Amino acid sequence: MTMKPVTFTLNGATKAAFTTDGQNLLDFLRRGVGDLSPKYGCGQGTCGSCTVLVDGAPQLACLVLAETVEGKRVETAAGLAAGARLHPLQEAFMDRFAAQCGYCTPGMLMAAKALLERNPRPTRDEVIEAIGGNICRCTGYEPIIAAILDVSQGRVRA
Amino acid sequence: MAVTVETHATLIDAARALGSSGATYLGGGTVVMRGINAGEVQGRIVRSADPALRQVGLSGDTIRIGAGVTMAQIAAHRELAFLHPVARAVGGPQVREMATVGGNLFAPHPYGDFAVALLALGARAVPATGGGALPLEDLLRDRRRGGLVAAVEVPRPRDPRAFGWLKVSRVKPKGVSVLSIAACLPRETGRIRGARVAFGAMGPSPMRSAAVERVLEGQSLDAATIARAAQVAAEGLEPPTDSIASSWYRREVAGVHLRRLLEGMA
Repeated sequence: MTMKPVTFTLNGATKAAFTTDGQNLLDFLRRGVGDLSPKYGCGQGTCGSCTVLVDGAPQLACLVLAETVEGKRVETAAGLAAGARLHPLQEAFMDRFAAQCGYCTPGMLMAAKALLERNPRPTRDEVIEAIGGNICRCTGYEPIIAAILDVSQGRVRA
Repeated sequence: MAVTVETHATLIDAARALGSSGATYLGGGTVVMRGINAGEVQGRIVRSADPALRQVGLSGDTIRIGAGVTMAQIAAHRELAFLHPVARAVGGPQVREMATVGGNLFAPHPYGDFAVALLALGARAVPATGGGALPLEDLLRDRRRGGLVAAVEVPRPRDPRAFGWLKVSRVKPKGVSVLSIAACLPRETGRIRGARVAFGAMGPSPMRSAAVERVLEGQSLDAATIARAAQVAAEGLEPPTDSIASSWYRREVAGVHLRRLLEGMA
C-alpha cells in the first residue's frame, strides 16, 4: 500500500500526515488526522453529513481524494468555535433546537458557513438551496433554516 | 485489489498513461470516488492537475469550456447565463463544487443532465490527444471508446430564448432525474430551423429525439405542432427502469413534460 505525504491547513493549523492510495478526505481526516467532526453518513455523496470547506468551497469529504488537498485550506466544524466561545451558527442551532440526533449538524453548519461567507444576507430560499445537499431526518429543516436566518439577520452574536 | 492513483501534470500525459489500459480517469470525483469507496472501482486511477482543464474561453459565438470546469463555475460565469439553470439543476451545492463538465459526459444513467443540454446545443468534444472536435452524439454513442476529453466547444445560441431546459425529479432541489429535456429551437421568421431536442434518463446516455426534431423542423411553435411533438416524444428512446422510475412511467410522462417545455418556449 503506497503512503503519500499530504501537507495542508486544517482549521488554520498546518497539518502533515500520510494518506493511502484512494483514501477519501473523510477517512483521512477522521482516522489519519483525528478530526472526528465530519460524519460518515452514506459514503456516496448523497447525505452531506461529511461536508467540509476546501479553500472556502463546500465539498463532500467522502468524495474528495485525500491527496488532492495538498497545499489547500480545509475547514471543519471542529474549527468553528474560538476556544470556549461558540460560533454564531452553533449558538443559533442551540437556541433554535436545530439539532436532535446531531448527526447532520456538522455538515449543516459547514454548508451554512459557506453560504454566509459568500452571501451574508441570504433569503429564505437561498438558505434552503444552500442546505439542499444535506439530509436531516430529525428536525424537519425548519429550525435549521430559522437558525441560519437568525445569524444572517444579526439576531445571534458570538 | 487495491487502488493506485497517478497524478499527471498535463492532460496529454494523463491521456497517454490512460491509453487503452483499462485504468479509470478521476475527474471531479462524484462518480468515481463513490465507486472507490464501495470497492467497485479498483486498479489504476489516473488524474490530472492540468490548470487548462478549469478554463473557460470565448471565441466569437463559440465557448470553449474545459472538461474540469465545475457546475459551480458554470453557474457563476456571466458569459454562460444560458447554462446557469442547467448547472444549478445538478446535485446539491457540494456536488456542484465538484461535478465537472467532462465527468458529466461520461456519467452513467441517470446522471449527466448537463450533457443533455450540451447535446441539444450542438456542442463538440475536444479530444485530449488532439485532432478535431467531434459531435457530442458521436462520443455519447459509445463512451467506452471516446477517450479523454479536454474541453467542449459550445455554440452560444444567438437568441437565448431559443434554448429551453427542463429537469423532472421527485426530490427537489437535488434529486436525480426522472428525465430531463433540452431543446434548441432557433427560429427564422417564426419557423424553427435546425431543431435539436435531447433527453436525459431516457436511454443509457443522453439521446437526441429524431422523431420530435422531425415534427418541429420548419414549423412554428404553435399548439398543434407542440401536440404532435408531445405525441412522438418517446419514439426511438430506450428509458431504463431504476429506483426513480420505471421505463413505462418515463415513456408515459415524456410527452407531458416535453409539451410543458415547448409551451414555455413558444
